[in-house]
Amino acid sequence: MAAERAGEAGRAAVEGTAAPRDKRRGHAAIRNRQSASELPEALAGDLDGSFERLVRDFQDRLYAFALRLTGSPQDAEEVAQDAFVRAYRALCDYPPERIRSLALKPWLYQIALNVARNRVRGRRLAVVPLDGPDGRPRADPPDDERRRPEAAVERAERRDDLGALVAALPERYRAAVVLRHVEGLRYDELAAALGQPVGTVKANVHRGVRLLREALAEREWRDEGGR
Amino acid sequence: MSEPRDGHRTEGQGLGRDRRLVRDLRALGAGVAPPDLLANVLSRVRLGDAYWTLDTPVGPVFVAYNDGGISAVMRAAAVGDVAGFERAFRERHARPAHPVTRPPAALAHAVERQLGGDRRADLRFDLRGRSDFERAVLLKAREIPPGEVRPYGWIAREIGRPGAVRAVGTALGNNPVPLLIPCHRVVRSDGRVGDYAFGGAAKRAVLAAEGLDPDRLEGLARAGVCYHGSDTTHVYCFPTCAHARRITDRHRVAFRSDEEAAAAGYRPCRVCRPALAS
Repeated sequence: MAAERAGEAGRAAVEGTAAPRDKRRGHAAIRNRQSASELPEALAGDLDGSFERLVRDFQDRLYAFALRLTGSPQDAEEVAQDAFVRAYRALCDYPPERIRSLALKPWLYQIALNVARNRVRGRRLAVVPLDGPDGRPRADPPDDERRRPEAAVERAERRDDLGALVAALPERYRAAVVLRHVEGLRYDELAAALGQPVGTVKANVHRGVRLLREALAEREWRDEGGR
Repeated sequence: MSEPRDGHRTEGQGLGRDRRLVRDLRALGAGVAPPDLLANVLSRVRLGDAYWTLDTPVGPVFVAYNDGGISAVMRAAAVGDVAGFERAFRERHARPAHPVTRPPAALAHAVERQLGGDRRADLRFDLRGRSDFERAVLLKAREIPPGEVRPYGWIAREIGRPGAVRAVGTALGNNPVPLLIPCHRVVRSDGRVGDYAFGGAAKRAVLAAEGLDPDRLEGLARAGVCYHGSDTTHVYCFPTCAHARRITDRHRVAFRSDEEAAAAGYRPCRVCRPALAS
């Protein structure tokens, strides 16, 4: 029994020695919202003091992007979270001049895309769980979603349908279409995020939209009672 | 955001349809990040901790955590509302704390198990800023089973600093994570319940919630009883040790000191270790 206790103490992994980045935060929260071009400058000067602003500025966009990539709110939350954590670790290693010249938006999308891709790869080996990530069965939509007025429900349904079609696109086209038309990136930003030439991403966006249009047309035809 | 959105002019046919499709796609981007995203990210990179509230035998407490583990437990009765906790946390840790609506399932589960008295609960603690001595004291306190108590002197001896009884008391009084590191299970060497990071009254309440009778404990202390032994096994224990509680009235022998027990031919229990059992 004494041995069992010793094991207990060993398992109580206590964090004590690591004291990384003890620089204390500046006044990022107090500072007024600055234009996007100032954020890299702020990050280069005081990463720990400015990182919260980066998350606040980009969390909605990155989450929406992850949601369209993965098609699942739980997966999207994890992808967005992992992407920000990776971004922070990368910024810790970058010299200030590299941070200053960073195009944050495409850079963050690129990280999120890689996180999502790696998850898909990892998952091929894993058993797909029937339960949610917290061990409980995947939840029904929350009550407030059920209580929404009709028109909004319809709009949401159409959006969910389209979202499902987007999620079903082959990855190459999905990433390109989402970045271009959902997130509104410019083609040069798109090329940076995807690490491909502009010509290639243009072609992929184009082809992706055509696939979506075909899928929509097919569905409408089916909904209208086509044989 | 203002650049032209219709990149498909070459395709004369279905242009209107494409416009609508592109508009619908645009609407897909209107998303709001989940409320816990910011707190979770910052706690994972240790720029701030995440926290939630929990009901306990001493009322609601705030529990904060980061990538390294649980970093703080504070009573709502002591710090007040959410703003009061965030202020107290920042004062103590020099970083912000952000609320989460739901803690990670594994963490919430481990905390629940720990509070339920399960010592196998896989909890980690962020004790940065504590000295090696303080960490040794706090970890040692974790070894005391629920419903049992040990004197301050026991901790001092067990961590190889038998002369540092007062410092042990100070380290436990400064426990940043009361309840989860059960400093309430360490009592005065004379058997009285003594002080607590959450206050003496709360200490009695927590011990009682673990099934221990603080009045009986202090009654024994008043009678000068430090140990109970069994006249069948000739082993002696702290009175709250699970082995001591199994001794029937007929076979229970009381001792005032290790010396008295040794003189009677009793050896210390290897589980609760009244004297360092070799």
